[in-house]
Amino acid sequence: MTSLGLSHFLVLGAVLFAISIVGIFLNRKNLIVLLMAIELMLLAVNTNFVAFSHYLNDIHGQIFVFFILTVAAAEAAIGLAILVVLFRNLHTIDVDDLGTLKG
Amino acid sequence: MNIETILFYFFAASTVFSALRVITARNPLHSVMFLVLAFVSSAGIWLLLEAEFLAIALVLVYVGAVMVLFLFVVMMLDINIEKLRKDYLQWLPAGALLATLIVVQMVFVLGDKAASTGMTAVKHASDYSNTKELGRLIYTDYVYPFELAAVLLLVAMVAAIALTFRRRRDSKRQDVRWQVNVKRNDRVRIISMPATKKNEVSGADEAHAAD
Repeated sequence: MTSLGLSHFLVLGAVLFAISIVGIFLNRKNLIVLLMAIELMLLAVNTNFVAFSHYLNDIHGQIFVFFILTVAAAEAAIGLAILVVLFRNLHTIDVDDLGTLKG
Repeated sequence: MNIETILFYFFAASTVFSALRVITARNPLHSVMFLVLAFVSSAGIWLLLEAEFLAIALVLVYVGAVMVLFLFVVMMLDINIEKLRKDYLQWLPAGALLATLIVVQMVFVLGDKAASTGMTAVKHASDYSNTKELGRLIYTDYVYPFELAAVLLLVAMVAAIALTFRRRRDSKRQDVRWQVNVKRNDRVRIISMPATKKNEVSGADEAHAAD
C-alpha cells in the first residue's frame, strides 16, 4: 500500500460528485433534497480544490474554497427563502407542480 | 499502511456512506442529518490535507449555520413524502450510467501514475500556521474579492429577509408616520346641534317627582 497521493483525494471527490448526480436523478421531485445534492456537489469540488492546493503547495486554492463557501452559504440562504415562499403559496415542494409558467 | 492512510480511508468511507444516505433517505430530516455527517467527515479529510482553517470553517459555517437553516426549513414544511417518492427509481439507470461514466473516467485519468508525478506534498513544520498564511493572502492580494464576498453576504441576507418577511394585517401596531402627520381636523369634529332649554328639562323632572 503506497502512501496517500493526490489521486486518492481526487477519486473521492469524483465519487462524491457522482453520488450527488445520482441524487439529483433520484430525488427530482423533492426540491429540498435537490438543494442538498447541490451542496454535496460543492463539497466534492471544494475537496478537489483543497487536495490540489495541498499537493501543488499553493495556498491560493484554499482561498478559492473560501470564496466558494461564501457563495454557497448565500445560495443556500436565498434558495431556502425561495423554498419557504413557494411552500407558503403552493403548499407543495414537488417540482412537477411548479409548471405554472408552462402555459 | 501508516496512520494517515487509515484515517483517510475511514473519513472517505464515512463521507461516501453518508452521501449515499443523503440521497436515499426517505425522510428529508434524515437526509439533513447525514449531510451534516458528510460535512464533518469531509472536514476530517481537509484536516489531513493540512487545510486547518477551512476544515474548522466548514464545521462552523456549514454544520453550524447552513445545515441548521436546512433543518429549520425541513421541520417547518409539512410535506407529503409519499407523493414525492412516487416513481423514485424511474431515472436510476440513466443517473447510475452517468455517475459510473464520471467515476470510471476519473479513475482512468488519475489511476495513471503520470497524473500525480511531480506533485509531492510538502510537510510543513509544526509552527506553520495555515490560518496566518490564509489571512495574510486574503487581506493583501485578495482584499477586494474579500470585501465583495462580504457585500454578497449582506445582499443575500437582505434578500432572504425580504423574501420571507410577512407583514401581519391584523396586528394593532402603531404607525408613527400617521401619528406625526395627523392634523387637528382628523381628531376633533365640531358639530352644531340645537341647544335645549334648561327649565324645560327641570320642569319635566318636577312633574315626574310629583306623580
